[in-house]
Amino acid sequence: MISGLPPALLFLAGAALVPLLPQRFKQAFMLALPLFALYLLYNTPLGTYWSFSFLDYQIVLMKLDRLSRVFAYIFLIISVIGFLFALKVEDDLQHSAALIYAGGALGVTLCGDWFSLYVYWEFMAVASTFLILARRTPAARAAALRYILVHLFGGLLLFAGIMLLLAGGGPIAIGALKLDSAASWLIFLGIALNAAIPPLHPWLKDAYPEATPTGAVFLSAFTTKSAVYLMCRTFAGAEVLIWVGAIMTIFPIFYAVLENDIRRVLSYSLMNQVGYMMCGIGIGTTLAINGTVSHAFCHILYKALLFMAAGSVITMTGRSRCTDLGGLYKTMPLTAVFCMVGSASISAFPLFSGFVSKSMIVSAAGLQHLTTIWFMLQFASVGVIDHAGIKVPYFTFFGHDSGIRASDPPWNMTWAMGIAAVFCLGIGIFPQPLYNILPFAVDYAPYTGAHVVGQLQLLLFGALAFVLLIYSGYYPAEIRAINLDFDWFYRKGGRAFYRLVDWGLNSINAASDRWLVNGATGAVNRFARQAPAVMSKLVLVPVWWMFKVRGWPLEQRKRALERGFARGALPVGVGALAAAVMLIVLYLLA
Amino acid sequence: MRELKIFDKAVNVKRLLICLYVFLAGLLAADFFIHKHGHFSWENASEFYAAYGFLCYLVLIALAKVLRRFIKRPEDYYD
Repeated sequence: MISGLPPALLFLAGAALVPLLPQRFKQAFMLALPLFALYLLYNTPLGTYWSFSFLDYQIVLMKLDRLSRVFAYIFLIISVIGFLFALKVEDDLQHSAALIYAGGALGVTLCGDWFSLYVYWEFMAVASTFLILARRTPAARAAALRYILVHLFGGLLLFAGIMLLLAGGGPIAIGALKLDSAASWLIFLGIALNAAIPPLHPWLKDAYPEATPTGAVFLSAFTTKSAVYLMCRTFAGAEVLIWVGAIMTIFPIFYAVLENDIRRVLSYSLMNQVGYMMCGIGIGTTLAINGTVSHAFCHILYKALLFMAAGSVITMTGRSRCTDLGGLYKTMPLTAVFCMVGSASISAFPLFSGFVSKSMIVSAAGLQHLTTIWFMLQFASVGVIDHAGIKVPYFTFFGHDSGIRASDPPWNMTWAMGIAAVFCLGIGIFPQPLYNILPFAVDYAPYTGAHVVGQLQLLLFGALAFVLLIYSGYYPAEIRAINLDFDWFYRKGGRAFYRLVDWGLNSINAASDRWLVNGATGAVNRFARQAPAVMSKLVLVPVWWMFKVRGWPLEQRKRALERGFARGALPVGVGALAAAVMLIVLYLLA
Repeated sequence: MRELKIFDKAVNVKRLLICLYVFLAGLLAADFFIHKHGHFSWENASEFYAAYGFLCYLVLIALAKVLRRFIKRPEDYYD
């Protein structure tokens, strides 16, 4: 029975335990927990576990099939590596948040119904926010606030979609959807936001570079890739994703060329890689889906490796901008080598992991004769060699000597990078074990002469262009600046909206005060007090005129009348006359 | 702390670049000896990938430099 235990529950329980454990034991616990979950998962046959009825709905906490299993494997593997990397961090907030976050991602991957999915989805959003907050800088706090607001909005889209789906008689079980209703579009947009599909992407490049050095490793793995999983599960073959994905591979690489902060470069590069996956999901053939899933698997490893290298640099030097770094290979050789393994993997060099996975997606596009898409994906591949393959290692570890002499990070961080690097090389050289666990049987050979030579030409002639450009001084210099992106709309736009609302509503307020409260109310009040006197005067003055009362005596009579109304002390006749006039007026008006 | 200084010497950088150039020449030569099986006709043309890779890189950098003119802002822009 224990073999079907949902790892999400294990992680959530672990998160509650972490603050109670003594430091020494805590470190062992954080490594043992994901390893134990990995062992359990390995020994769990495919099938449905932990399923029960709730309000006429069938809740499924553990549904293991070939698609969910491979994602669960990689989430657990990266948890082991991530916790090893974060082992010496003495901050329970980060450890608990990371465990809940990983648990949420595992829950999203392994649950079988929309209700559980939504709960795990929000667990992820909230827990991941704490990995940004835990940096405890003003910039991190501001970024975390924007991050959670955007994700709560995405969560609401998903929730509204699920509610509409169920209200329309749709199934509670998570399955394939068609983009033909408001419900499925809302769900699609909710997933798209977490997958950072443009223009819903800027939260990623805004928040990840502000996270803690260790927290960014978890962030790089879970949010976008659980969205990739869910997109695979629900919208495989949705043609809109082909174009969206292809644009997503190209759009971020321009930013990555210009960006100064290395973790922001890596964030843009992350979107570019998820673009390949979205494109693969859109193509939707068995080769494309296999490519997408294997690329997600490899991507999590090499992207975490790159974020670990960047995190090591930040931990040891306190800096993250290309303009502040350079020449670090002299005293951080191991970190430099591991970073370059990650760079080679993401660039899809033969013998590295990206080569055996990304090529499946590009080949799937070729097989479907999607000519423009194919050219776009190849263009983006050249973009990857530029920013992730060359720029990140070059400007950090080589380039101009910044004079910083920091050593390699502590053993646990070095080992975590080493293990990830071994995975990157291992998968690149022996892809078959990965191919064996993919959703569909694999009929694909990455290592053909044409493919190896073609890919090496594509990448290395790009590298040649880099050499020529950097020596000619034409390569865009690293400068201390930021680059506008779509977050402008809610960062500047949000402020403008605030000012507009502030000005608009407060103007209405002031006008109301002036015209209604002080103006109209006073007028009504005055009218109520003075109307009888005024009306009586209107009637009496002509009468007095007829009796030739003019000048001073007339004024005296008017004042006497006003005083009489003000004090309620009138001759009975005048009061009766006023009442009669009032009745006549009413009669005429009615 | 022990320091590596391998790239402080210009001659080592030069050696590395010569390795790259030799390897690139090898790739151009290898193109004639492999069995090609591309999905598109141009994939089977000689040295297609070398030309496309080189061109894409130049286009990417040129466009990025144009883009920078429009989107560059000071670091405290949002503060």
